[in-house]
Amino acid sequence: MLQKFMRKHDTTDIVMWLIGLGILVAVLYGSYVTLFVTQKYEPGVWLDFTIFGLAQGSVYALIALGYTLVYGILFMINFAHGEVFTGGVFTAYFVAIAMEKSGFIERHWVLALLILMAVAMTVSVLVAVVLERIAYRPLRGAPRLVPLITAIGASFFLQYTYRGIYGSGVKTYPDFPALDGKLNLLGREWPILTVQALVIVVAALMMVFLYWYVQKTKAGKAMRAVAEDKEAAALMGIDVDRVIVNTFALGGAMAGVAGILYALLFKQVNAFMGFIPGIKAFTAAVLGGIGNVPGAMLGGLFLGIVESLGPSLILDGLGIPSPYQLKDAIAFTLLVLVLIFRPTGILGERLSEKKA
Amino acid sequence: MDKELKFTWSDILKYGAIAGVVAIYVILVGMVEAFNERYIISETVNLGQIALFAPVFLLGYFAANTARQIKSAGFAILASALVGLVGGAFVAALLFLGTHVNLREVFLNVSPELLGILHLGQEAMMGAIVVNLIVGAVVGFFGGLFALAPHKWSNALLVGLSIVLLMGVMQELMSITFGNKDWYKPIGKFIYAQKGLSWGGAILFLVLGVGYSLWRSSGKFRPAARVAKMPTKQRLSISLAAWALGLLILLALPRFLGSYPSEILTTVGIYIIMGLGLNIVVGFAGLLDLGYVAFFAIGAYTVGILTSTGKLATVGWSFWMALPVAVFLAMLAGVILGIPVLKMRGDYLAIVTLGFGEIIRVVVLSDWLKPFIGGAQGILQIPKPQIGEFVFKKPEQMYYIVLAGILLVGYVAWRLRDARVGRAWKALREDEDVAEAMGIHLVSTKLMAFATGAAFAGLAGAIFAAKLGSIFPHSFNLIVSINVLSLIIVGGIGSLPGVVVGALILVGLPELLREFADFRMLFYGALLVAMMLVKPEGFVPEKTHARELSEKEPLAPGIEPETPARETI
Repeated sequence: MLQKFMRKHDTTDIVMWLIGLGILVAVLYGSYVTLFVTQKYEPGVWLDFTIFGLAQGSVYALIALGYTLVYGILFMINFAHGEVFTGGVFTAYFVAIAMEKSGFIERHWVLALLILMAVAMTVSVLVAVVLERIAYRPLRGAPRLVPLITAIGASFFLQYTYRGIYGSGVKTYPDFPALDGKLNLLGREWPILTVQALVIVVAALMMVFLYWYVQKTKAGKAMRAVAEDKEAAALMGIDVDRVIVNTFALGGAMAGVAGILYALLFKQVNAFMGFIPGIKAFTAAVLGGIGNVPGAMLGGLFLGIVESLGPSLILDGLGIPSPYQLKDAIAFTLLVLVLIFRPTGILGERLSEKKA
Repeated sequence: MDKELKFTWSDILKYGAIAGVVAIYVILVGMVEAFNERYIISETVNLGQIALFAPVFLLGYFAANTARQIKSAGFAILASALVGLVGGAFVAALLFLGTHVNLREVFLNVSPELLGILHLGQEAMMGAIVVNLIVGAVVGFFGGLFALAPHKWSNALLVGLSIVLLMGVMQELMSITFGNKDWYKPIGKFIYAQKGLSWGGAILFLVLGVGYSLWRSSGKFRPAARVAKMPTKQRLSISLAAWALGLLILLALPRFLGSYPSEILTTVGIYIIMGLGLNIVVGFAGLLDLGYVAFFAIGAYTVGILTSTGKLATVGWSFWMALPVAVFLAMLAGVILGIPVLKMRGDYLAIVTLGFGEIIRVVVLSDWLKPFIGGAQGILQIPKPQIGEFVFKKPEQMYYIVLAGILLVGYVAWRLRDARVGRAWKALREDEDVAEAMGIHLVSTKLMAFATGAAFAGLAGAIFAAKLGSIFPHSFNLIVSINVLSLIIVGGIGSLPGVVVGALILVGLPELLREFADFRMLFYGALLVAMMLVKPEGFVPEKTHARELSEKEPLAPGIEPETPARETI
């Protein structure tokens, strides 16, 4: 029996399973210790962690949409998408500061927020479209590593461009006084911060809009057609170049909104801020099955929650000191594990089967 | 090319606008001001001005190049001058705007000093605008002239100007070197002024460069061909003599150069070792590894932990005992990290290895492992290598360890390239499925590539730790991986000499230009994009890879490929 088993699976498979099993045991053991042995945290804390996870997860989800849309059409990882995100929110910072100085944020905070989003979206769309035009379009049909290397180059170029133009310091977004404290709605206080509620709602609206756009509009239909088969789409009279630009612009717009939501949650911006969220969002996109729009949303939320719960739930139980420093390591480990064990993601699509 | 050729007045505007936007980008990102003190020719031309007007020159060149295919030469020249004029107008507009509106709130670099530079020596605003327009037009005009000149001459001029630029940039370094010994002091005095080249030196290098280039293109300069015609025995002895001479120069170099240049060369050398390693993984086997820095870190930390005499001292071995352990551990890590990614291809592999690198970095920085590897404080007091009583203390002495490392690693890489495993790697790179069908064992071949590459990086890391004497996790971030990747791409993926050239250009030059440090990654990024767009095979291409990337049918021997149109300089 063992022989039959060995013939079917080679040694590397078994090693991989063992690694996977080990990690699973570590996760379960860590959670068990935290929840039932040490009981360091009060039950209410977990709810707070989950809500925070949902909020940051919805930001990841919005960024992940950009990766997934582009991958669905061009089968390339737009490594510079994190910098598309940075461009919008970093530029909008200057508008935000101006609005704070003039007291506009205090008087009309909704309008101020909308203006900020409009600015961030515009800049992000611009960066995404210019990137596509200059760096990616000439390389269509090149060997697959070529666009990836280009994207890596573009990513660094943009990071250091922001740094050169706007400066290298960390800048703090102005406060929105209306969003301070817990959410007060329908005459009672809810166990969620107003900011987090707003972030989740806005992100949900954007995702609904995107889903509607891709599924119901003509432009969305063209997009899906190009994703399915470029040549056939071109024969049907679809301007493929234009659809690709549209896709980049759509991803950029989502990244722009995500940027403002990120700034609301974390307050701080700098030239390199997009890199880590970018990789995390890519993780989210892969988690959900890259190329799959609802998958990216789910993946983002999932990643957000895991990242928020993981350090205290798992690592603390394992006895690792100051587990929050390893927050990013959890996200990256998740990325590596997903890519190794299930590159098609949760809602895996057949296209990743042949491309992964 | 199916695009219809045309060149109209609106194209001139378009080219001019591009030139203007790029020039404004160069200004806003801070290059003009940062480079302004770096004189190429004494008190006359500085690098800031070159950075400011290079876009206008280039776009003028491109405009003329396109225009002359349809219209007359006169029109082409006129077009390029107009392009320059439009570009100059953009700069002038920025100057005007910057003087009257406070742009500094947003654009950090629009300082009064910068605006002063943009005045180009004119006091009044009006005069400055006019001068900007005129200079723009003149530079654009020269760009056009350059495009129209016969290829031989423009090429020669390019070589000459590049040499002048290079020698000018290296002024500080060369002045130190020339100051070293009495007998070549007068040469230094003649070539260099207080800042940058003297006029005499500039003209000398220009003439040398142009002359050399013309001589080469005249066809009389063919040493390789002449050697090839000689009988075997003579040929062998000549190549042996050439190798011996090269080695002798390499051995003697630190004596002539002095301390600071040797220091730079050691840094370059460490990158060469890493580049040779990554070249095996990426260049030979085609596995894009973005977490390469992890192995470098493992090598450095192993040496650090085993030899340190500071707070984290353990066994206190000598460098030479720790070195094999470091290489072995890095190699082991290469295999361990290689196993999970065996089934992955292309971009997913890149992201997973990037993930590995980041995980290791985050874990090293955390408090968790701090008792062992020092967390953010790193490991201090790593002793220098020592043979008997001789301690490799100074950079001139470390140079020899690095050189030995390069020679060893280079030899291994060179032998592996055409060995069985090397050919298997290349087959893997071209097509994994076909390679497997041809009987190549994918698992062992891939793991071999990861292990070899990692071992090289481990060696580089070990030398790095000994060279610095202390290591910190911040020296081992993703940027190192990207640097190494950039240098092998610039040199030519899969090409061994390419690694050396790439390291000299990408690591050596920035060390010479301290102002450049801030823009280093900016350039790397731009360079990666530009190389992929224009010259994906690199400057010193490997033959098969160049063919693969240019996506043409393989040519039968003896058939020359069509010479491509002159599009780029």
